[in-house]
Amino acid sequence: MTALHVDWTRCRGRGLCTELLAGRLERDEWGFPIARDGGRTRDVPVRAEELDAARDAVAMCPVQALRLVGR
Amino acid sequence: MTVAAPSTVQPPIGTRRLLAAAGPGLDDHERTFGPLSVTAPAIVDELALAGIDGRGGAGFPLAQKLAAATRRSRRVTTGRGAPLVVGNAAEGEPASRKDAVLLERAPHLVLDGLVVAAAATGATEAVVATSDRLAGYVLRALDERAVRGRDHGVVIDVRVLPHTSFVAGEASALASAVAGGRGVPEDRVVRLTERGPGGRRTVVSNVETLAQAALVARFGAVWARGIGSASAPGTRLVTVSDVTDPGRAVVLETAGGAALGGLLRASRLSTVDPARTRAVLVGGWGGTWVPRDALDATLDVDGLAPWGAAPGAGVLAVLDDRTCPIGVTARIAAALAEASAGRCGPCVNGLPRLAEVVGVLASGRPAGDLAAQVRRVVALVDGRGACHHPDGVARMVRSAMRVFRDDVQAHLGGRCLHAGGAR
Repeated sequence: MTALHVDWTRCRGRGLCTELLAGRLERDEWGFPIARDGGRTRDVPVRAEELDAARDAVAMCPVQALRLVGR
Repeated sequence: MTVAAPSTVQPPIGTRRLLAAAGPGLDDHERTFGPLSVTAPAIVDELALAGIDGRGGAGFPLAQKLAAATRRSRRVTTGRGAPLVVGNAAEGEPASRKDAVLLERAPHLVLDGLVVAAAATGATEAVVATSDRLAGYVLRALDERAVRGRDHGVVIDVRVLPHTSFVAGEASALASAVAGGRGVPEDRVVRLTERGPGGRRTVVSNVETLAQAALVARFGAVWARGIGSASAPGTRLVTVSDVTDPGRAVVLETAGGAALGGLLRASRLSTVDPARTRAVLVGGWGGTWVPRDALDATLDVDGLAPWGAAPGAGVLAVLDDRTCPIGVTARIAAALAEASAGRCGPCVNGLPRLAEVVGVLASGRPAGDLAAQVRRVVALVDGRGACHHPDGVARMVRSAMRVFRDDVQAHLGGRCLHAGGAR
């Protein structure tokens, strides 16, 4: 099981991840990503079919606040 | 299993263990507990048998933490890459006084505990991280040991923390401060015990946890489990106070599994009366509210789980039946918002927003479906941030909305159930 780990000390709510993984993440009223399923948004589980999009999000985050971790 | 030479003194009887010595000096310490003999790595098994859970708030088993820091077969013992043991005496929790009392009255037990943890992990360096005020007690104890040549092969340093805010005692923040960093919570993908600052395996342990380990090293797990309950063997330190007056607190050493009501009575605080108790905030300000029915519950995992609570840092902050609980919840939420390190968006934005909404609820002003707004903002902060500070605030507020349902209803209708309550 792979998860998308958010480094909250870096995240500035730019929102690219919420566009690339729109099915998984939305933005809160301050622009920060939040898991749609109501789970905690520290290590968001990523399904196999979402892996490409997740890798894109990791690569494209302007502040490099994301990484994929194995669970 | 014997892991050390049998102690030359009788083990403490009854509930006075950590606070058994007549005074804080080395003479009183050795007269009461006997000398500490150098321990073997097998001490980890003894600590596991003794069931020592972390006393800093998270309740993580000490043996497991030490084992995680020892896993590597190559044993580097000094310098870069060597393990480091850190005694956490930041005590940023506003309602807790136990670590201060422990350092003042039993600093040598804490230092012995660092030696035990170091021996278990192959470390030869340890640090006590604490405030300016408490550092003096530790330095005095270290001087006594230096004069008598009691270093047990471990170099112990004292690190005065750059600030003792609430989050300063969070494990990654503390490890950062000890390594010369800013002392704010850090993002952690890898556990500290696997790789901390400087690439070192780092064990951060509350000073009470370490002191308990020092007792087990001398007297063994069977003795340790001789009192207390199954899920809270041995003794623990508890801080009792009125929730509105944390400055006036009493610290007790109790057998694990004591009933909450009994602990309130034992405190003999004039400001705490079990007969007039409405609720107790258990664990810390980021803990869980329990209603007065829970006064019969025991202060251990088994006793508190049905109430959605846990022992945490041993804080019992008591709310009397004259004080508006929504007002108190709002003030605590505001204080916790102030305590944010300000690093993470959801925390730095969400906690003040949460405090604001609870504050409006406390005021009784009509402002729509405030209960739903509180629930919504709680969901925005819970689980979002590098550390668990926002999770604690979420927990505290959620439990308040549940336990004080009647007051919430009244406030939604513009009334307060308490004279002098919010308006």
